[in-house]
Amino acid sequence: MKITGLLLMPAGWFIVLAALVLLRAFLAQDLFIAAGIGVEILGLVLFTRSHLMAKRGNE
Amino acid sequence: MSEVSQAFCILFIFLLPLALAGLALINTGLSRLRSAAHSMMATLCVVGVAAAAYFVTGFAWEGYPGLASHTLSIFGKEWSWLGAGRFFLRGVPLDGSCASLATLLQLLSVGLAAVIPLGAAAERWRLRACCLSTALLAGITYPLFAHWVWGGGWLANLGSNYGLGLGFLDAGGSSTIHAVGGLTALSIVWLLGPRRGKYNLEGMPAALPGHNTVLVLFGCLLALVGWMGLNAAGSILFAGVPPGRTVLVAANTLLSAAGAVLAAAAITRYRFGKPDASLSANGWVCGLVASSAGCAFVPPAAALLIGLVAGALVTFTVAWMEAHLGLDDPAGAVSVHALGGIWGILAVGLFPRTAALAAVPSMASPAMAPSGQMLAQIVGVATLVGFVLPFTYSLNWLLNRFYPQRIPPEEERQGADLYELGAGAYPEFMTHTDEFSQW
Repeated sequence: MKITGLLLMPAGWFIVLAALVLLRAFLAQDLFIAAGIGVEILGLVLFTRSHLMAKRGNE
Repeated sequence: MSEVSQAFCILFIFLLPLALAGLALINTGLSRLRSAAHSMMATLCVVGVAAAAYFVTGFAWEGYPGLASHTLSIFGKEWSWLGAGRFFLRGVPLDGSCASLATLLQLLSVGLAAVIPLGAAAERWRLRACCLSTALLAGITYPLFAHWVWGGGWLANLGSNYGLGLGFLDAGGSSTIHAVGGLTALSIVWLLGPRRGKYNLEGMPAALPGHNTVLVLFGCLLALVGWMGLNAAGSILFAGVPPGRTVLVAANTLLSAAGAVLAAAAITRYRFGKPDASLSANGWVCGLVASSAGCAFVPPAAALLIGLVAGALVTFTVAWMEAHLGLDDPAGAVSVHALGGIWGILAVGLFPRTAALAAVPSMASPAMAPSGQMLAQIVGVATLVGFVLPFTYSLNWLLNRFYPQRIPPEEERQGADLYELGAGAYPEFMTHTDEFSQW
């Protein structure tokens, strides 16, 4: 879960960059940027949960 | 740059060490007595290592607008991603030019970014590991992101390349200094784990209060002066603001801190029956952090509102992160600097530019429409979360594999002062009440 989260964050960032470069219509660009940020947040949540689970396992 | 601007800029940069001193006092006051000397010693060491590392590679890779850089051509647009200067500041004439003033500012700013993780990792981060991690931050992470924002990089050019407002705006370093420092602090806290005795067997956090509230609150006052200098110098060098307009910058900085501390004090008074000094201090610093990005661009009323939100934000997030995310962060560095920095970045897109800046050439280019500014700020935040955080975590994880960064938990009981330095900060007061704790 940790590696998945760690990889999802830059994956979301690349989606944001791709939206900037490839899309010109504002609505489509905004939606894809939002999607990229959603992927980043998902990655951050997974990464955080992996640390929480590791901490509980150590207690 | 005119000689008047040069003189003002130099004076403002000379105030920056007060921000370092302020943060150091806050970090030390919020940690326990047994690690006070270690906290201050670590501050001195990381400021030194940061300056040295930045001297070696930092400015070469950060650069300044107009200097050589490495670029990628992507669908006809130039993306500058790294400075192409020479190491050891060769070829940088330190003669009062904009690039030389930016060099001096960055030598201090990178130290400020490096001090931030010390507060989060207090009492359990080995001194040598602090220095090694700081070398990575100052030599690689900081200059890379700072080039994108301040060195003429792709984030700053989002306006000219893709019509996103004026590009990513950050006058005083909410993103480059504070968000980068705060996210590095988050990485370190995850890697080190909590202090011994912080969480019981059920995972409930115990209060481990700092040992000197006076240091913390005095540090806040020093930090205000330093921040005014930092924001003013950054506004002149990176936003092209004339010296007279730094009155607005200073006013915004103060108003944001004022709003934040009042919000934090009021909320803690309401929640706990009495205002909480350490959370109010965190609120004050969060207000300063949030003010940095937009200090040159927003009207004073907006600065006050930014501070109020920052103060409320830190009051709730510090406790929430401790209780629900298991983050043991004695100085609240992650909430104050990472979240506060991100709020400051987004606030630039939310509030309209003050009419006073219409006369500043860089702010009034007809080719750059004001719309899209919020999107530019969002792309900057996405870069922080999507690139900077995983990058800094990976670097520190690798470092941890070769050199364990944490003081052994069984040694933590005696305190970092005795373990690392061989002497306590207060030799006449060395009794620890948890000597016989079972945790």
